[in-house]
Amino acid sequence: MSHAPGAPQQLTRKDFETGLEVRWCPGCGDYAVLSQLQKLLPTLGIARENFAFISGIGCSSRLPYYMATYGMHSIHGRAPAIATGLKLARPDLSVWVVTGDGDALAIGGNHFIHVMRRNVDLKVILFNNRIYGLTKGQYSPTSGFGAVTKTTPLGSIDRPFNPVGLALAAGATFVARSVDVDLEHLGGVLRQAALHKGTAFVEVYQNCVTFNDGEYRPLTDPKVRDENRLLLEHGKPMVFGKGRTKGIRFNGAVPEVVTLGEGGVAEADCAVHDARTPGTGAEYLVAQLEPPAFPVPLGVFRSVEAPTYGGLTDDLARTARERMGRGSLDQLLRGRTTWAIGE
Amino acid sequence: MAAPSETVPDSTSPRARRVEELDRVVIRFAGDSGDGMQLAGDEFSRSVAVAGADFATRPEYPSEIRAPAGTLFGVSGFQIQYSSHEVFTAGDAPDVLVAMNPAALKLNLADVRHGGMVIVNTGAFTEANLAKAGYAANPLTDGSLSHYQAYPVNISELTAQVLKNSGLSKKEIARSKNYFALGLMLWLHQRPLEDEIADIERKFSRAPAIAAANVAALRAGYGFGDTTELFPVVYHVKPAPMRPGTYRTLTGNQAASLGFVAASELSGLPLFLGSYPITPASDILHTLAALKHFAVTTFQAEDEIAGVCSAIGAAFGGALGLTTTSGPGMALKTEAIGLAVMIELPLVIVNVQRGGPSTGLPTRVEQADLLQAVYGRHGESPVPVIAARSPADCFDCALEAVRMAVTYMTPVILLSDGSIANGAEPWRVPAADELAPLPVSFRTDAEGFQPYARDEHLARAWVRPGTPGLEHRVGGLEKDSLTGNLSSDPANHQRMVTLRAAKVAGIAREVPPLVVQGPPSGDLLVVGWGSTYGPIAQAVEDAQAQGLSVSHLHLRHLNPFPADLGEVLARFRSVLVPELNLGQLSRLLRERYLLDVAQLNKVEGRPFTTAEILGRIEELIG
Repeated sequence: MSHAPGAPQQLTRKDFETGLEVRWCPGCGDYAVLSQLQKLLPTLGIARENFAFISGIGCSSRLPYYMATYGMHSIHGRAPAIATGLKLARPDLSVWVVTGDGDALAIGGNHFIHVMRRNVDLKVILFNNRIYGLTKGQYSPTSGFGAVTKTTPLGSIDRPFNPVGLALAAGATFVARSVDVDLEHLGGVLRQAALHKGTAFVEVYQNCVTFNDGEYRPLTDPKVRDENRLLLEHGKPMVFGKGRTKGIRFNGAVPEVVTLGEGGVAEADCAVHDARTPGTGAEYLVAQLEPPAFPVPLGVFRSVEAPTYGGLTDDLARTARERMGRGSLDQLLRGRTTWAIGE
Repeated sequence: MAAPSETVPDSTSPRARRVEELDRVVIRFAGDSGDGMQLAGDEFSRSVAVAGADFATRPEYPSEIRAPAGTLFGVSGFQIQYSSHEVFTAGDAPDVLVAMNPAALKLNLADVRHGGMVIVNTGAFTEANLAKAGYAANPLTDGSLSHYQAYPVNISELTAQVLKNSGLSKKEIARSKNYFALGLMLWLHQRPLEDEIADIERKFSRAPAIAAANVAALRAGYGFGDTTELFPVVYHVKPAPMRPGTYRTLTGNQAASLGFVAASELSGLPLFLGSYPITPASDILHTLAALKHFAVTTFQAEDEIAGVCSAIGAAFGGALGLTTTSGPGMALKTEAIGLAVMIELPLVIVNVQRGGPSTGLPTRVEQADLLQAVYGRHGESPVPVIAARSPADCFDCALEAVRMAVTYMTPVILLSDGSIANGAEPWRVPAADELAPLPVSFRTDAEGFQPYARDEHLARAWVRPGTPGLEHRVGGLEKDSLTGNLSSDPANHQRMVTLRAAKVAGIAREVPPLVVQGPPSGDLLVVGWGSTYGPIAQAVEDAQAQGLSVSHLHLRHLNPFPADLGEVLARFRSVLVPELNLGQLSRLLRERYLLDVAQLNKVEGRPFTTAEILGRIEELIG
């Protein structure tokens, strides 16, 4: 099973399977994400022993058990904090956080926003099924207003979080969204996240076959999905619909759906997606597009460069050593003022 | 009276005055929390320490940062006892009180020994300040001070005079008056000024005008004592007999910080502190944040939970994981400590205890988190617990906590408290090569590797991620006792719970034999833990001097208890446990040894006085 560090390119997805029986419900969207990850990791040029997967609690957080890397299935909501400590201690590792909508946004909400703002070089994959699965069917912070669940028999009165909007507002440098069953799209987004330097956040719309089945059908059913999703590409106009007949136009900050060719509207009139210019806020407006009035944007919302937390931490250590030299324990123990007591 | 600025000596012997040889002196500085009393006290301690005296200090300050000036709740104090003998505590009743305003006098006068010296800054005794302190009449003139030797000195005005041409604002000038008070006390105790002046120049190197003002105020205070006829005597305390060596002063939080850096240097492991600011633990985070030229990373986390979790993550990566906190933060970290128990990674958690529950008394001392440390987790979740007895002992305890954590692959809780954390004492500085080695090895051999296979300490192997062939998963779910794979097998859970308990219990085997202060058997054994060491040691020494059959045992290891504890307890007719709680160690001792234990408990946010403990000893066997 062992691999020489110099030979990571020979890895295959098999090398990332633990051989343990996977215990998600048959048909769960988590299988697809696991599979895409196992397909992606051998292609990154990183030795298997240099990956670590850290998760919290929930269905998705079981994933590390099925990934033949170093891993920790930790406690509810805390994976970003644990992963931050690991990455700061071990900048040489590729550290991934696997979390869910309850784990990241309810009990772990505080860690989530801070890991986004700090730009720790972690890959954070949020499996969003808009329901608590492991505790059997209570509403989550992303369940829709009015959602009927075990704890909201008359409909939820909570206004849901938009995880992408939250991550963008918290200052994340890479923010993307994909869907579990669109393997090609998911694989592509995960790859871009893996290559990003800094906190990379990927929200994966994931179907809970048992407690919230069909939540994302409008986005996954080939018959209707083109009308309901907007595939974002940096530098390309925001066009969607079967036959690419519709587009998004912004009148100031106010979006509207336009039909190409109608009233003289051309593709050139549609907004061009810009994920790479920092500080425009445009990606935040895109993240606000929600059904029923708008299609759901999928793809990379933001991908910008910024110093990583680990890099800055190293800089501090370097500065300290430049100013004071490598610390000497003897000097430290003696401190500034000492006195001698003789025999 | 000549203007002080013209008559200040550089630092010379005083004019002919009676020099009184003292065995020990207790001094308390008290003033507004903005008056710089902690600084004056610290500096005074350093000065007497350099002269070879033994000492102990007790800062006491309100939880308000700068309460409205002149109010009772804004009073901050600093007490020091220094002596030509071994010093165990900062002393019970002050022999000297320096009161910078009416509120400070009001709160502290009753503690002063009758006949003691009370130096009062008369400049602050305005009608407004008297009213704020709740004085109906001026205590300087109404006979309130008749039991004391009162020395009225207009410190505010004298400081203002000497600095009138300094170009500083009134506010800045007023801030220098603590240096006047310090100068006066240094004169009264026959200490030279040179060290202090050098220290001021270092401390205020970025503000030369302030440095010059503080030096001038210091000299003025010194000169005032020397030139006025106010003080008939000056004091001299001989050096204490101390083990030869190089000494420094340090607080408990500094000592702990140094201990953790030493552990990192000795083991070759980088130190990672994940912490969230909280009184009275923050100084450890401050200290380590300034030591990044060692292999030290500090991470100020978004909350207490992230503090401990980041340390667990670092430990998983092969670093020394450390988190520091106080009671409320400890409560928040509890679940994560349970994770560390389950995944069996080394981790040190420092709880600098304060008065509780909830926000409680954040700046005051209490020892009420012992049961929380030993038992405060869900499930069968054993964690070793040790406690430091004095500021300097925090250094040794930090090293021991790390040693235990890496040897047994377990989280370890180190208990300190507010009085140890902020109190200072002299410390004999060890040379780095005098410290015991702290070898740590990671498993690198993939052959036959099982994540939960155990060594002779029942510890599993520590594996650094990045080691090929040893990829494995840990987690909070119960795992197979060998492979670490998920297991809900009943017999396996029973085995794992028992193994984790046996691993921690096994630490007792390596605890050195207990040392009792005093005869090894007798009428009464006083058993303490943590910061009660000082007053218990002093009280037991005093009781022994009276001929009472009493000894003192101070426990560092609170979970597991040392293997010989039962035997030691059994050699005494009775056992007394003084604690700053309602009886937590006494409960543990009763439960473990089925022993009747007499208690002495206090939860006032203040340490025991020696007299309180001595009184209880006399009550029991006097």
